[in-house]
Amino acid sequence: MEATSHTFTDNARAGLADPVLRRALGMAGTGFPARRAEAIARLPEFEALRDQGKAIKDHTIAHLDFYLELYERNVIAAGGVVHWARDAAEARAAVLDICRSVGAKVVTKGKSMVAEEIALNEHLEANGITPVETDLGEYIIQLRHEPPSHIIAPAIHLMKEQVTETFRAAHTALDPDRAISEAPQLCAEARAMLRPQFLAADAGITGANFLVAETGSSIIVTNEGNGDLTQILPKAHIVVASLEKIVPTLEDTATLLRLLARSATGQEFSSYTTLSTGPRRPGDLDGPEQYHVVLIDNGRTALIGGEFQDMLRCLRCAACLNHCPVYTAIGGHAYGWVYPGPMGAVLTPALIGLDEAGDLPNASSFCGRCESVCPVKIPLPKMMRHWRERQFVQGKAPPVYRHGLKCWAWVARRPGLYHELVELKARMLGWLGKRRGRFRALPLAGAWTKMRDMPAPEGRSFQSLWAERQRAGK
Amino acid sequence: MTARDDIIGGIRRSLGRGALADEAAGKLAARIAAHRPNLIPARATSLDPPARVDLFVALAEAVQTTVARVASDRDVPGEVARYLAAENLPAELAMAPDPGLDALPWAERPLLQIRRGKAEASDAVSLTPCLAAVAETGTLMLVSGAATPTTLNFLPDTHIVVLRASQVVASYEDGWDLLRQRSGDGPSALPRSVNFITGPSRTGDIEQRIELGAHGPRRLHVILIDDAEQSPLR
Repeated sequence: MEATSHTFTDNARAGLADPVLRRALGMAGTGFPARRAEAIARLPEFEALRDQGKAIKDHTIAHLDFYLELYERNVIAAGGVVHWARDAAEARAAVLDICRSVGAKVVTKGKSMVAEEIALNEHLEANGITPVETDLGEYIIQLRHEPPSHIIAPAIHLMKEQVTETFRAAHTALDPDRAISEAPQLCAEARAMLRPQFLAADAGITGANFLVAETGSSIIVTNEGNGDLTQILPKAHIVVASLEKIVPTLEDTATLLRLLARSATGQEFSSYTTLSTGPRRPGDLDGPEQYHVVLIDNGRTALIGGEFQDMLRCLRCAACLNHCPVYTAIGGHAYGWVYPGPMGAVLTPALIGLDEAGDLPNASSFCGRCESVCPVKIPLPKMMRHWRERQFVQGKAPPVYRHGLKCWAWVARRPGLYHELVELKARMLGWLGKRRGRFRALPLAGAWTKMRDMPAPEGRSFQSLWAERQRAGK
Repeated sequence: MTARDDIIGGIRRSLGRGALADEAAGKLAARIAAHRPNLIPARATSLDPPARVDLFVALAEAVQTTVARVASDRDVPGEVARYLAAENLPAELAMAPDPGLDALPWAERPLLQIRRGKAEASDAVSLTPCLAAVAETGTLMLVSGAATPTTLNFLPDTHIVVLRASQVVASYEDGWDLLRQRSGDGPSALPRSVNFITGPSRTGDIEQRIELGAHGPRRLHVILIDDAEQSPLR
């Protein structure tokens, strides 16, 4: 998809001014965290599982070549085919080739973020194949020609009124006076509209939450059952997955599965966790005749061994989005590409470049909630700092930041001068703000005081108060 | 250079080494072959079999699975008929062509119309066996095969599953062991699909309000036979 991350500041402003988004995100920002907290309170081993989950992913990345080769051998042994793709273009071409080889006109799709990343739908459409998104949220935004705004709840930016409008505009063959103002009616309508598509599809495309090296299986975790209908009804099941989804064994997978649903939706387990290994077996009455995995790098291997390697542990659970004060204020579209929130602020610059996405790692208050809820303990704030450093070193930070930081650094390296200046500032502001106790506007801090008052300091710096206390103590 | 060679080569360069030496690769292979579990939560492993079954039932019901406990195999057809009547559903079933299900006394319920095979689009109700149930999260474990087509688990509006108390295991790891016992080690031994099912289909995609029956079954009903046998694993 076309990135708009470079206009992040404007996107964010638009998000903040959108009343529908305010209401929708208000519900998201409380519901997900509360359910997650309840689920974790019920599992005393959760913290220990996080440590094990992190260790499993680190071990896998450290031996990724071994596990990928083993995975490939096992997919082939089970009758499947692995297609390696260095980048988005190779991945799109591989999927298109498979679709053409089975004469596909309509393909159903389960929700897949990496499919968004490689802009798969646009490519299929341009080549005469109709992709039908079958996850309810994805279906809604496909009808609206919008990108997802959340990695597990793609239509989280909408209220039911927008969905009603969308369905009325799209489902023109249905009675225009039908009642579809409530969620149950909308779900029933989507189910009825999509069922014939499931049955007609020639190929089904799903993502993968995990790829198991030991068995050559792909795993999807869903609640709707759309990913299952997508893969068992058509002739061919095509899995698109990035290569860091590899997990060594079924036992390791169990550990990560215990972390995933609880972190994502606060469920004990999602409704459907499905292991798919190869095509249907001789004697099977249903299931796909062909099983293909398109294994996508698209920038992942370049992260190994560097300061962003930890990002490859990400399970895409979205806990960091749900707990982020920035994400829950501006929404996912502001981030301008596939991955929003803290994980997006770290991953997006790595995948599409700092020039396009340089604002994203700066959109953080560094409150640390993202890292504290991450099921595999990814140090997201630290990695956002790494991006800021790179931006500074490469001269890509805005001039105001660059020069401001340089001035500050010059002063900070001279402790005597630094203390003098801080003391002077504290005294001046303390004196000026004595009467009201606060400032409604300050020079150089207009953006800050536009939204709130600045409390006036008490007239002394911490350093001088501390020095005085030390003297008095003697 | 193929994409595969490029990617594997790139990984090795990033890791600062070549292909793993035999000894290191052997260690990894041994780790896989050991099937050693990581930490398994105590909530189910600490229970004796009857309490484990109770935990399964409680957690399944917490996610809108309905559970009917019956004393023996003989009671299953009657419970199917009762459930369908209570839910106001037609007395027609698509049933997995499974010898275990076939052995039940269906003749005692002549009004139940039963078709054996995979699911068709018009089927409203399916009946299947399962491989196991996992107490830890109230989860059913189903596998595909000639006698157990996967479409039965997803296409009909109502899915009825026959489960024996002796099939209730504690953890997912117990489920992996069962799979391996059944089909041996190695990838081609796994069935095409292994379905862990925890409650009926649902979505929260509209205002995060949970609606049942998004694309898969709206109702999931478990007929639990309280057999006295021991669990297959312990």
